[in-house]
Amino acid sequence: MAPTGAGKTLAGFLPSLVALSEQAAAKPAPKAAKGLHTLYVSPLKALAVDIARNLDAPIAQMALPVRVETRTGDTPAHKRTRQISRPPDILLTTPEQLALLIAHRDAAEFFSGLRYVILDELHALVTSKRGDLLSLALARLHRLSPGLPAIGLSATVREPDELRKYLVPQFELSPPPTAGEGGPRRGSGEGQRDDAELRVRHALSGSVAPLSRPGLTAGPPSPAVGGGNVQLAMADLVTVQGGAKADLRMLDLGRSLPISGHTAWHSMPAIYDLIREHRTTLVFVNTRLQAEYTFQELWRLNDDALPIAIHHGSLDAQQRRRVEAAMAEGQLRAIVCTATLDLGIDWGDVDLVVNVGAPKGASRIMQRIGRANHRMDEPSKAYLVPGNRFEMLECQAALDAVEEAAQDTPDARLGALDVLAQHVLGMACADAFDPLSLYEEIVSASPYAGLTWESFEQVVDYVATGGYALRAYERFAKILRGPDGLWRVRDARTAQAYRMNVGTIVEAARVRVRLGRSLRGKPGTVLPKGGRVLGEIEDDFAETLTVGDTFLFAGETLRFEGLSEDEALVTRAPLGTDPAIPSYAGAKFPLSTFLAERVRAIIADPFEWDRLPKQIGDYLQQQRRRSVLPGERDLLVETFPRGKRYYLTAFPFEGRLAHQTLGMLLTRRLERDGLRPLGFAANDYGIAIWTTRDVSERAALDPDFIGDLFAVDMLGDDLEAWLDESAMMKRTFRQCAVIAGLIERHHPGLKKSGRQVTISTDLIYDVLRKHQPDHLLLRAARQDAATGLLDVRRLGMMLERIQGRIIHRALDRVSPLSVSVMLEIGRERVYGEGADEILAEAEAELLQEALS
Amino acid sequence: MAAGLRLEKTHKHPTLLLAGETLMLDLCGGVWLPEHRTLIVSDLHLEKGSSYAARTGQFLPPYDTRETLACLHEAVIRHDPARVVALGDSFHDHRGPERMEPGDRAMVAALQEGRDWVWIAGNHDAAVSEGVGGRYADALTLGGLVLRHEPSPEPVPGEIAGHLHPCGKVAMRGRAVRRRCFVTDGTRLVMPAFGAYAGGLNVRDRAIEGLFPNGFTAHLLGDGRVFSIGRAQLARD
Repeated sequence: MAPTGAGKTLAGFLPSLVALSEQAAAKPAPKAAKGLHTLYVSPLKALAVDIARNLDAPIAQMALPVRVETRTGDTPAHKRTRQISRPPDILLTTPEQLALLIAHRDAAEFFSGLRYVILDELHALVTSKRGDLLSLALARLHRLSPGLPAIGLSATVREPDELRKYLVPQFELSPPPTAGEGGPRRGSGEGQRDDAELRVRHALSGSVAPLSRPGLTAGPPSPAVGGGNVQLAMADLVTVQGGAKADLRMLDLGRSLPISGHTAWHSMPAIYDLIREHRTTLVFVNTRLQAEYTFQELWRLNDDALPIAIHHGSLDAQQRRRVEAAMAEGQLRAIVCTATLDLGIDWGDVDLVVNVGAPKGASRIMQRIGRANHRMDEPSKAYLVPGNRFEMLECQAALDAVEEAAQDTPDARLGALDVLAQHVLGMACADAFDPLSLYEEIVSASPYAGLTWESFEQVVDYVATGGYALRAYERFAKILRGPDGLWRVRDARTAQAYRMNVGTIVEAARVRVRLGRSLRGKPGTVLPKGGRVLGEIEDDFAETLTVGDTFLFAGETLRFEGLSEDEALVTRAPLGTDPAIPSYAGAKFPLSTFLAERVRAIIADPFEWDRLPKQIGDYLQQQRRRSVLPGERDLLVETFPRGKRYYLTAFPFEGRLAHQTLGMLLTRRLERDGLRPLGFAANDYGIAIWTTRDVSERAALDPDFIGDLFAVDMLGDDLEAWLDESAMMKRTFRQCAVIAGLIERHHPGLKKSGRQVTISTDLIYDVLRKHQPDHLLLRAARQDAATGLLDVRRLGMMLERIQGRIIHRALDRVSPLSVSVMLEIGRERVYGEGADEILAEAEAELLQEALS
Repeated sequence: MAAGLRLEKTHKHPTLLLAGETLMLDLCGGVWLPEHRTLIVSDLHLEKGSSYAARTGQFLPPYDTRETLACLHEAVIRHDPARVVALGDSFHDHRGPERMEPGDRAMVAALQEGRDWVWIAGNHDAAVSEGVGGRYADALTLGGLVLRHEPSPEPVPGEIAGHLHPCGKVAMRGRAVRRRCFVTDGTRLVMPAFGAYAGGLNVRDRAIEGLFPNGFTAHLLGDGRVFSIGRAQLARD
C-alpha cells in the first residue's frame, strides 16, 4: 500500500492511524476527546511538509476523519493560535517548534491527551545540540502525558542502545501536580506496544527482532547524590534488514591521481558520463566550494544541456526550494549537493549516487548511498570518487566498511549546559516550576542522566542572574523564586525574548550576496543596489575579502566590490577568470576514527595494497624505500630541510580538527625550545610545521626530544594557554553564549539583530575567562571543545596511543608521504602565524614607502 | 614621507610629535605626555556590561569595569603620572557611577590619590558631574595640545580626541587581523577606546577618513607592541 519511499515513515504513523480510525468508529460523534493525538518531529521543516503531503493520500483513501497539520517557522500566527485552541489529530513539527510549544502557557492541557510521539531521522538529531533540546522536550512530554509511547525512526547506527535510552525516561517520573487525567496511559487495542519502538532502516517487510524491555523501576534520583544511578531503561528495538546489497564501487579512471587536492577535476568527464547514463543522479560533495566547483565543471562539459542543478546551505532559500520542487517533479537529471540533502525528502527516482571526495565516515557514506533507490528489491547504486591518493585509501576503507555493514556513528552526547539553560527558562515561561521536580524530569532525559544537582542549581542561577560570583544583577533577575519555592519568569518581555531566541542552531553571522552591475569606465563608483540576491556568505569569510577578490559562489565566479550595510556587493567576473580566494577550503567533517584506523591498517600491510590501484602501491613502496611506513598504531614523524627552512611532518590520521589543535600546541612547544617555528598546515591525515632552526639536529643531540614533543602533558598548560586566545574557542564560546541567552540574537522592540545590538563575544570571553574562569558558559564551551571544533578528546586518545610508538626519521629531503601534507601549505591558512607577524608585515610596507 | 609617521626606531611604544609636543603611544591604548607627566585615556565606558542588564536583560559578565581599571592601574604604575585625563565617555551611561561596585569605586579613588584627575565630558556621560572624585571639564589645553572628546569637524592642529573608537584591519593571505588603533596625520590624533567592552569603528569609515583629508597612519595595538600601518595596507570592513 505504501508508495515507494514513504514506507518507513508511514509505518511509524500506522499505530496512530489505526487508533484514530478505531476511535472514530467507537465514538461516531466524538466530543471531548479532540486533543492532539500524535506528534511527529523531524529535523527538517521541508520534511515535515513533505510527510504531511504523503499522509494526506492514505487518509483520504481510507476516508479517515483525521486532521493533519504542520507547524513550522513559516506557519502564520493566526494558524498557530488556532492550533492551540483547536488542535489537529496529528501535528508535524521541528524540535525548535516543539520547544516553543512546551514553553506555552497552555502546554499542559495541549499535550495531556497525546498518545504517540514519532521522532524521525533520530540518528541525525541525537548527534547535535538539537538532540539535547529535543530530549528535554521529550522528558516534558513524558511528564505531561505519562506512559507516552515514543517511536524513533532511524537509519542503522553503531550503538542502537543509545537511541533506545533516548526514547524513554531514564528515571520514573512522579505524576505532575497538574496532569489532566492522571495515571499512566498505555496504548490500547491491537498493535500493543510498550513505551517505544525503534524502527531501523527501510521498509515494511524483513525480520523483526523485538528485544525485551527492562523494567522502568528506578526511583527518582536523590538530589544530594546527583543523578549517578542510571538504570537501563530502553525502548524496544525493531530491526528491519535492508533488501538488496548496495552496488558500491570506487570510480577507477585507470590513471594516476594527484597526491593532494579534493576537487577530483580529473573525474569530471566520467561523472558527467554517469549522469548521462542514469535517470537521476545525486552528486554529493563535502564542502560548498567543492559543490560550486563540481557544478561549474559539469556545466562546462554539458554539451547535451542536461538539467543539472546545485544545492547547498548558502544559496538563497527560494532558489533551494525551486531546485527541490524541480527534483520532486523529476525535471532534473542531477543535483550537486552538500550535506543539506543528506536527510529527508524521498526523491523517488534517484537511481545513482556519486560521492566526490573523501567519504569521511562509513555510516555517513551508507546514509548517502541510501538516498538512491528506495526500493527494497533493487540495489542502491553508488560510486565513490577519490580526489587524491589518500582519498583513494579512504574510499577503499569505506568500501570495506560498507561490505561488512560496519557503522561508525558518533558516541552518545553528554547534554550541553547551554541548551539546558535555554530549556530552564522555557519551562519557567510555561509555568512556575519546582526545582526538585524539574531536576527529576531533566535527568530522566538520557543525555542529561548524569547531570548533578549542583550543576542544575548553577544553571538555574545562571538563568536567573547570569551566574556571576559578583552578584550584580539580582534586581534584574529573569526568573524569580517565590515564597512558595517555585520559580517564575519575571515578565512577559522576558518570555517574549525567550521565544524569539529559541533553538540551538547558531548560524555564523552572515551577509547577503547581492549581484550589482559594474559601472563601466567609472571604477570605484558606488554600485546601484537592487540586483538579485544570490545567497549568503559567512561574515568570517566576508571579513577576509578585499575589493577585487574573486571567488566561486552560486555557480559563478564573482568579483567582490565591497560591503554596503549588511550586504556584499558583487559583480560577475569576466568569463575564464580563476577564482582567487579558496572559500570554505576545508572539509567540514573530519575523518572518522574508525576509517582512520582502517586507513592506517591498509598502509601498514603490503598485502592489502594488492587490492588497491597499482599507483597507490607504487607510492607506498617508494615511501618505504625513502623513509619508512608506520605500523598500524605507530606515529611517523619526519624531519628534513627544504629551501631555507626545516620541516617536521607527522601522520596521526586523526582528522583536520584534531590536527589543527595539535599543530597549535606543537608550535608552542617548538617555540619554547628555541626552534623558531614559522607556521603549520594540516589536513585529515597529517601536519607539517616549518621552523628556522634544524629539528633533526636537535633530535640527534637529544634522543628524547621527539618523544617529549608529543608527550601527553601537551594537553595541560599548553592547551589551557592556547585556548585563552584560540579563535576556534572564541567561536565555540559565542555559540554557547547565544544558545544560553547571554547574547540575544533577536531582541523584542529592536529591529536590528546581530552585531549592532551586541557586544563582541570575543571581548566578553576575554573578560570572563580572566575574572571567573569556572563560569557555566566557559564550562559549556570547554565541553564543546572536547569534541567540536578543536576535537581535544580525539587528540588526547591519539597521544595516549602513540606513547613509545613514535618513529622518527631524519631525512635529507621530503618523503613521498610528506609531500601530501606539504602541498597544503599555501593552499591552507597558515595557522601558526600570529597577529603580530601579519601586522609587522603590513608595517614593513609603510617603512618601505617612507624610505623610498 | 607617509603622513603621520615619524621614523623613530620602531619600539614597543612609538613616539610622535604633535604641535611641538612629544607623545608616546602606549600599547595599553593611552597617550603618555612625558613633558607634562600626563596620561590620557579615552572612552573607558565603565559599567557598560551592567547597562545591558538594565536596558535589555542580557547579563553580560559584570567584570568589564574592573578589567578596564586593572589595565589603567597597570599604566599608572608604569608612568606614575601627575595628571590623568579621561577623554570622555568614561561611563557608558550617566547612571553608571551609581551601579559601580564598591571595590571598583575604591580602585578609582586609589588611582586618583595624589594626582590631578580630569574627567572630560563625553556624549555618553555628559550628565555625570560628581560622585567619583576628580574634576570635570568639557575640554583641556596642555601646551600646544587641545584635549576634547569629539574630534572637531575642521582640522585643529594639536587636537587629541576620542569618541570614534578607531580600529584598523589588515587582511593578508586569507586572514584578517582587526585591532584598536591611534589615527593621526601628524597634526591631530584620534585615540582608541580603552574600555574592555568598547567596540570599534574601522578607520576606513567615512567618519574617520573624513577627518584626515591628506591621509593618515594608524598605530595598531598588537599583542607585543604598537604597529604603524599606512592607509594603503588597511582594509575596509
